[in-house]
Amino acid sequence: MWSLPRQLRARGVLGINARNTDYVQRYNPRHLYPLVDDKLQTKRLALDAGIAVPALYGTMATPGETKQFTDLVAAHDEFVLKPAHGSGGDGILVFTGRSARRRGQYRLIDGSFLSDAEIRFHATNIISGRYSLGGTRDCAMLEYCVRADPVFDHVSYRGIPDIRVMVFRGYPAAAMVRLPTRASHGKANLHQGAVGVGIDLVSGRTVYGVLSSAATDEHPDTGEMIADIQLPNWDKLLELAASCYELTGLGYLGVDIVLDRYHGPLILELNARPGLAIQIANRIGLAQRLRRIEAIPAGAAVADRLGWVREAFRQS
Amino acid sequence: MPRRELQVWFMALLLIGVGVSLTYYKSRTLGFPLLPDSRAEVWTVEATLSFEAGQGPIKARMFIPGLTPGFAILDENFVSRGFGATPRYVTGGREVQWARRRAEGQQTLYYRAVVYEDTAGRGEDTTPPLPSSPLLAEPFNTAAQMTVEDVGRKSADPGSFAGELLRRLLAPAADQNVDLLLDGATDPVAIAETATSLLAAALIPSRMVRGIYLKDQSRRSAIAPWLMVHDGTTWLYFDPATGEQGLPEDFLLWWSGTDNLAEVDGGRDVDVRIAVSSNVVDPVNLARRRSEVREGPIAELSLLALPIQTQAVYAILLLVPIGALVVAILRNLVGVQTFGTFMPVLIALAFRETQLLWGILLFSTLVALGLAFRFYLERLRLLAIARIGAVLTIVVLLMLGVTILGNQLELESGLSVALFPMVILAMTVERMSTVWEERGAGDAIQQGLGSLAVAAACYAVMDLEVVRHLVVVFPETLLIVLALMLLIGRYTGYRLTELRRFRELVQREGTD
Repeated sequence: MWSLPRQLRARGVLGINARNTDYVQRYNPRHLYPLVDDKLQTKRLALDAGIAVPALYGTMATPGETKQFTDLVAAHDEFVLKPAHGSGGDGILVFTGRSARRRGQYRLIDGSFLSDAEIRFHATNIISGRYSLGGTRDCAMLEYCVRADPVFDHVSYRGIPDIRVMVFRGYPAAAMVRLPTRASHGKANLHQGAVGVGIDLVSGRTVYGVLSSAATDEHPDTGEMIADIQLPNWDKLLELAASCYELTGLGYLGVDIVLDRYHGPLILELNARPGLAIQIANRIGLAQRLRRIEAIPAGAAVADRLGWVREAFRQS
Repeated sequence: MPRRELQVWFMALLLIGVGVSLTYYKSRTLGFPLLPDSRAEVWTVEATLSFEAGQGPIKARMFIPGLTPGFAILDENFVSRGFGATPRYVTGGREVQWARRRAEGQQTLYYRAVVYEDTAGRGEDTTPPLPSSPLLAEPFNTAAQMTVEDVGRKSADPGSFAGELLRRLLAPAADQNVDLLLDGATDPVAIAETATSLLAAALIPSRMVRGIYLKDQSRRSAIAPWLMVHDGTTWLYFDPATGEQGLPEDFLLWWSGTDNLAEVDGGRDVDVRIAVSSNVVDPVNLARRRSEVREGPIAELSLLALPIQTQAVYAILLLVPIGALVVAILRNLVGVQTFGTFMPVLIALAFRETQLLWGILLFSTLVALGLAFRFYLERLRLLAIARIGAVLTIVVLLMLGVTILGNQLELESGLSVALFPMVILAMTVERMSTVWEERGAGDAIQQGLGSLAVAAACYAVMDLEVVRHLVVVFPETLLIVLALMLLIGRYTGYRLTELRRFRELVQREGTD
């Protein structure tokens, strides 16, 4: 039931304390945090750099501005309402359509309906800082609702799976895909019961699955195999992830990417304190990979970095 | 080892070195005891007289301890800026007179005495003259006469007379005469006053005295009346609240008679507070103080030189870093999740007053009720600040409710609920409800229990007598705590919970 510190060290497992002191504090300067903590800022930064992100439909920064909600989404049936400073997927509502019978009723991803007023109340909550770190004032964002790539059709319950790439000094170090389940209420959050599936960095094929720290080979709701799925556009996706290093300057970065049916890989959000569950999903300790990357001199271009990764992390 | 690591170790060792050597010096050279003594030897009693000065000259008088059976005064002083202070003996015992021609605003005068137990001093007093019979109007005079005769028949000597009399005064419903004399009063002062006049009617010398109980770290001691009865050779002491005979060992007699403790001519809003603290002063130190020899600078800078009320505050404040250390260990080395970083420390401080079991019970009740209201408020759709304010208000009302209920049920622990940090409680309710909604009830309850467990652990450590003693007598031990914090801050090993979390990675090794 327990492992010994010696065993974990031998497997190169990275612990939270070591992550915080040796990587987050060392490679992520504090003043760069706002770039990733504020999703609106990340999005603008990415748009300026020509990096693909879900389109922004509008923002609401004051309770008064929530009146514009109806106008902002008038042209869209599907959209996402989220806090710009949220974390862990909290406070995000995904809308998939409108009620055909009643005006001003919007269908949520789980099939229930919310009225105009209810959505505006949620937006007000977001603005008053309910979901932001430290409860500071926030901004509600409306954006394009990603349609998951067909590759995920059978291994996802409702929501959109997202792909987390751990990027260290611009080098992708590990990747996993998070599949929503019934238990996670369609959210791609491992805490809430989503399945994490490790991905072979070189080939882009899924390897193992993990469900709340236990190994699994099939999706708990659909029963489909989750191992050995080839993700489309993998090289493009890795390039996108690696370029986030130049975008933000953060050395230890978790990049969340969604695979859109129509637009391909899109950057969803960046995380300056990415979690460690990626190790369980890949059954790989991060420490060794991070140490190898740490030894490389800085200044390599994205293509060179990806070349190095393909060479170094090839699974024999 | 990288430079940063070296620097942390150097700092930590330096801090530990300074902390340990200061402690060693104080315990060896200055003779402060390293371990808490089971018996406090010296009590510092501080009476604070505060009032609002009026226009004219001010004359304030306050009784001060004079005759103190069981205790002796080691040292006393008056702190009264701008006032002339004159202690003198008067009929009620001793008093100090403060006078000043002109003063403005709030005035605060201090009297401080250091007393120690001295059993030899017990009962030293002159034999009082026989009292003259009190002059009472009818029908009180008849009632008094009848009561005295009645009690006289059922007693043999002044001692048993007083005992029987008090028994009757404490149960006035049984006797019409007593009921008339007391006129509905039930407080010990009224009973003691009535008893003295009835004893005088029986020609037994007696007097009401008042004093305080010497309990540690009491910031506002209650003044309790006591009845002294002379049986011809010695003084006997009776508790007018219970009728029991015998003076408790920790009772410090302050003054006698029916006058108020303090009176101020030319001032208003008079308030007197008596604070008590037991000081850990060993015999060597006691002797030094007695001879008024000034000590070295370190002893001068000691916490024990501060006013007692401030000392009592610091006795609690100095424990906070200890609690923070426990939190750091449990979060960084063990990996327990809690609501808010130092919320458990503040809850643990409240546990000190409520005791652990009651504390946990009260805390859980308040949070559970708060959560119930919080879920209701969610449906009303309020703005965040107003909503948290509403939760705070509800928490305060709940605290009041628990206190009143506890008072009704005569549960003393119910009263201490007011010591819970209400803002922390409100924030806990708010965060717990957010986690509840976002992550589910399981996570919320798990984190709630985690916080409670950490608070209980903090309390267990902060309540250790050795720890409480060390931080007050040797505040420099906090340098060692600081060093430990630095070291924990550089701990990059696994947390205990991670050994379980990542077990899958190890177990697969064999099968791969």
